[in-house]
Parts: sequence; C-alpha cells; structure tokens
Amino acid sequence: MTDNPSTSGGPVFVPEQAGPGSRVPATSFLSVRDLQVHFPTDDGLVKSVDGLSFDLERGKTLGIVGESGSGKSVTSLAIMGLHRTGQSRSRPHISGEVVLDGEDLVRADADHVRTLRGRKMAMVFQDPLSAMHPYYSVGKQIVEAYRTHNDVDKKTARTRAVEMLDRVGIPEPHRRVDSYPHEFSGGMRQRAMIAMALVNNPELLIADEPTTALDVTVQAQILDLIRDLQKEFGSAVIMITHDLGVVAEMADDILVMYGGRCVERGTAEKVFYEPRHPYTWGLLGSMPRIDRDQTERLIPVKGSPPSLINIPSGCAFNPRCPYADVPKGGITRTQRPELTQDDSRHWSACHMSQEERTRIWTEEIAPKL
Amino acid sequence: MNETGAQTGAPRAAEASGASAAEEPLLKVTGLVKHFPINKGLLRRQSGAVKAVDGIDFDVRRGETLGIVGESGCGKSTMGRLITRLLEPSSGKVEFEGKDITHLGVAGMRPLRRDVQMIFQDPYGSLNPRHTVGTIVGAPFKLQKVTPEGGVKAEVQRLLSLVGLNPEHYNRYPHEFSGGQRQRIGIARALALKPKLVVADEPVSALDVSIQAQVVNLLDDLQEELGLTYVIIAHDLSVIRHVSDRIAVMYLGKIVELADRKSLYEAPMHPYTTALMSAVPVPDPRRRGAKSGRILLKGDVPSPISPPSGCRFHTRCWKATELCTTQEPPLVALKTGHQVACHHPENAPDQAPGDKALPGAAEAVETPTL
Repeated sequence: MTDNPSTSGGPVFVPEQAGPGSRVPATSFLSVRDLQVHFPTDDGLVKSVDGLSFDLERGKTLGIVGESGSGKSVTSLAIMGLHRTGQSRSRPHISGEVVLDGEDLVRADADHVRTLRGRKMAMVFQDPLSAMHPYYSVGKQIVEAYRTHNDVDKKTARTRAVEMLDRVGIPEPHRRVDSYPHEFSGGMRQRAMIAMALVNNPELLIADEPTTALDVTVQAQILDLIRDLQKEFGSAVIMITHDLGVVAEMADDILVMYGGRCVERGTAEKVFYEPRHPYTWGLLGSMPRIDRDQTERLIPVKGSPPSLINIPSGCAFNPRCPYADVPKGGITRTQRPELTQDDSRHWSACHMSQEERTRIWTEEIAPKL
Repeated sequence: MNETGAQTGAPRAAEASGASAAEEPLLKVTGLVKHFPINKGLLRRQSGAVKAVDGIDFDVRRGETLGIVGESGCGKSTMGRLITRLLEPSSGKVEFEGKDITHLGVAGMRPLRRDVQMIFQDPYGSLNPRHTVGTIVGAPFKLQKVTPEGGVKAEVQRLLSLVGLNPEHYNRYPHEFSGGQRQRIGIARALALKPKLVVADEPVSALDVSIQAQVVNLLDDLQEELGLTYVIIAHDLSVIRHVSDRIAVMYLGKIVELADRKSLYEAPMHPYTTALMSAVPVPDPRRRGAKSGRILLKGDVPSPISPPSGCRFHTRCWKATELCTTQEPPLVALKTGHQVACHHPENAPDQAPGDKALPGAAEAVETPTL
C-alpha cells in the first residue's frame, strides 16, 4: 500500500490517513469515481466509459446492465487493471478513481496491481474456452493461479485445485483435474473457471456475462453456485449482463449503462418497480416475459445504440428517447443531464422532472408491461 | 403471436386430434431421423453415429408459428435444416403441401426453395461480405430466374423498406450495418420470393434486448401482412412464449412435449419442460424469495452418440421409475392440443402408476431453499 506511486507533484494518496471529508468514504469496499476509459483510434477517440461512479460493499452484488458497446466490459477490465496490456498506441487513456479497500488502482503501479489480481480481485469471463489456455490441463492452470499468490509446493496446490473443482461441482475431481479445457462441456468449463477465480478467496469477483453462452438449466446451476460461494466467502460481486432476468435474480443494486455513462442506479426493487430513466423503461418494455402470457407487442427502443466516437452532445439517449420533446423548463438538448439522487439509493440522469417521470411510468409505461 | 393465430389455435387443434383433419398441414414430418456417422481408423470405418434427430413427428399448420425449444445439442437446428432440406434425412418423411420432399435432389428442390426459406442465427456469417445489400437481397430472383414486376432493383428496394431499412442503402455492404440491421437484411432476402414457410433458426439470439424486440415485432407484422407460416427455433423460452402459437420441446433428438402455448406454459406435463421453465430467471426481484418451486437439474445432457435407454430423460429425472429405463414413452395427446412423451407426467394422470421408483431418482434434482 505504501508503494502507491504518486503522479509528480500530486498529492500522495494514503488511505489510512484520509481524514473525514476525504474523497473516499471509508465505508465502501469498492468505490469508483468519475472513471473514464478512452481508446485512441484512427477514427477518433472512443469514449467507452465516460464518467462512471458507483460503490459496492462486501457481500453485496451489483448488476451492471446495458447493450453491447455501452461500456460494461471495459469498466470491468479497467477495475482489474487489464486495460494496460497491448501496444502503447492503442492503450486507453484512463482517469478517475477506482478505490478497492482503500487503494487507488488507477494510479497504482502495474506490478502492484498484478499482486492484487487473482488474490484480492478475480474475474470470470464470458467465454471459458478462450479464457483458458488450451495447452495446459485445467488443474495445472488452477495450480498456477494458486501458487502465484501462495508459497506452497505443487502437491499442496494440486490438493487445493481438486478441492476447488469439487466445491464447484465437477464430478470426479481427482480424475478431471488432469483434463484439458476442450474435454469439458461448456457448463463444466465455466465451473472450472469459477474454481480458478475463487482459488484464492478473492474479496471482489467480477463476472462478465458468466452465463450468456450457457443453456438455462446450466445457467441456473452457475448462478446458484456464484450465490452460494458469495455467501460462504462474503465477497463483493459485480455481475455484468444484458439479461434483466439474471440481474433481478442476483443483484442487490443495479446500474444501467448507456453510451459509457450511468443513466440509472438503485436497488433492484427500485429499478424494476420505479424506474426513472426512459432507457430503463425501454429495456423493460423490450423484454419478452416468461412469467406472463402476453400477446401484446413488445415496446422496443427505437434506433440503434450511439457511436462511442460521436456520443450525442447532451443526453446520449436523446436521439432514441420517445420523450425528447417533452418541455424541460429551458434546458437545451446540448446540456448533459447529471446523475442526481432522486431519493435514498436511487439515482438517475434525465432532464425531465421527477414528478413528470413518475407520472409517465405509472400512467403510460407500467400498465403496458 | 397475432390475435387470429391465438384464437384459431384451439379449434384447429381439435380438428387435428380428430380422425380426419379437414385442413391439410403445410408441412408434415413423420419419423424424421438424422444420424451423422462417426468414422474412425485408417479405413474410416463407421464406429458410431451422432443421433442428432432420432424419430420425430409433427405438423406445421398454415398461418401458425411453431416454436421449437431445447438446450444446445438437442437437435433443434438439425431439425430446421432437415425440414428446409439443407440436410438429407437418414430416414423418415418430410411432406410439404402433400408432396414428399424427403430425398429430392438439388434440382428437385429448386422449385420448392421459393416456398421454403430460412433465416439464420448469425447476421455476420450469413451475409457475403463482398456483395452489396442489393445483390444479396436480389440473389433469390437471379437463382430462381424470376423477374418481379417493375424489375429486380425496385423489388429489392420495396423489400428493404418492408423490413424497415432505408431503400437507398441498396449499394452498401453488410459491414456498414449493425447486427439488428443485418438481421433485417437476412429477413428481406428470405421474404424475396414470397415463401409460404419461413424457418428461423435463433433469429434474435445474437441481438441486444432492445434490438431483439424490434426484430420480434417485425416478424410479427410480416406474418400478419403476408400470411406467413413460421417455424422458430430458439433456446430462449421467453422469446418462444412471446412469438409462438404452438411449441415443441426437444430433448436429445426427440420431441418430449408438443402443445399450445397457453397449455404448455401454464401446465407443462413433461418433467423436463417443468425443469427448463423453472430454470429461467424471472425479471422480477420480488419473486426472488419465492423460488421454492424451482427445480435444479444436475449434470449435463447425455451424449447423443449413446443416448440413455428407454426415456432419454430418465438419467436426470426425479420421477424416473424402472419402466422409464426400459420402455420409451410414446408422444401421445393427454389433453386436446397437448402431446407429451412421459410415463409419469405432471399436471395429468400418471401413465404407469404403481411402478417402482428408481433408487436415487429423487436426488436427481435439487430444490434450493433460499
């Protein structure tokens, strides 16, 4: 922690000494403040994440939802410090703060972040076949993850690998530990990757679309597994998905992303029952329901997601918003709505007044869903 | 999906279960089988076969949407390719408008290609990147040597506007379009020759939820406008519930349940269907606590190379008895418009009461207490 490098001339960030009124509330386990990740490309600057803030406590689950290209995955890579790899000319510009248990990861040294990755924070990727190395057995890869952070001999590490495979429900773990990733089915591979991510009992687990490639029956198994393990280890979980069913089942808090920014954040209950942003309404209206016999048409969001190079000025959702023409008391289209707290633990970024939005939701949208 | 379909569903079902169906089905499939041989060794001797589709029967009625659901590897895509005759069945029979098309060659199928079209899952892989949208959507006319009224270009532009694309984009290439727009191009191509039957294999699974809703609505509108019949193959039970009039549930190459939408979702009979439905996460945080009725299947689907004897689901079924391991249950109608292949169905009388339960069957599932 003391090896936290400081930018020349800037204040050294020492969390232990952070007094009251410091930028970081000491209570949050993970605190992201005004995170920006911009990728320079030949076509221009791609603003994948453009000012994102949220907090997450231990033992809680945050669901991040949004369309492809809304910046969900880039956010998770930035938290993990995995954006640093690659050629320098395509390396993203990153600013803001990612404070994990009192340490700012954005300004931290790459070597230091490496010691945290896999131990303090771990990640489960969407596609286990490309996230695992095809040349090494599953056991060997778990052993490597364990021995990187723990000074133990191979035998102990192997015992630990077998134990983890057993814990995630792989049948015959003693035999399967020597299998290669291609010998596993999709669900087993995803379990093995969860075993690898959890081998060092990380305090923060980021799951990026962990069940998107899986069948529903396997998805239910994996979600249960993540929930059980979270209960057991008390980890904080960030669940990135586009499936509102999955977040409704897993998340305590939900963050809705659009065009690299947060448009709505709140408890799962608030976001599903009193959504305050037209984009959230659009997502809820687009979703066919398994629990209702609905012969009505779906209410899709018109148009396509914005280009991240030319994000519309003002509200990024403006071109697709059905309420863009509602008068907003002199606010022009080029003004960007700030994320404001509506009531306890519920934030949204929209120019319409809160009363107006409550009225639209209860009178116009909710009855049709 | 559309109101008329939903309303006429019940009387039609009654007809079909009667001795002589007054209306001839558009597509009739009997005993359809597709085995892919596995060849091994120096002499490439056949050592086994992947039994992708292993004896299925169903009808597709005019104007309806038949949804096909199942997990990956259950044979639903192979089935789609068999009925469009992109693959040749190993045995069984496929009849389109009363004509046997099971073993027709390429030339024999050509006139039928006008009537049966397919929409593919991957909007990136199914469009040739070197062809313009105009060439892609106009290709069916060229292949069928048809000149539409007003010329190919005018017709292609009409099709593009029909599916909600700008007709001026005639000369653009696929890479200039987003995923949802590409899927619309695929739909325009499928509709070019005014087909009677459209088989859509996972038409929306590659798309984001808001775009998915646009394409689902488009398919819905086109059905109403053009009187299309759809077979929609998907793994997403929510989408299937929204679009289908009738639904077939597949497991390891077999249809285990075939029923009207309402009947299937409100009172599923096959234990597999019940398990499948209870596994879908419900987008409602208030229902999170009320999951006591949830059935969690353990393990994976067995290999289609050597499927289990008797009922294929017995290895994962909590109701399995000794009869299930030896005798395969036939697909029979236990209720009007509701067929199921199970010895011990849910929501219906037991077909083999008093049979001894398999030891350990109850442990096949987990009902988590939350």
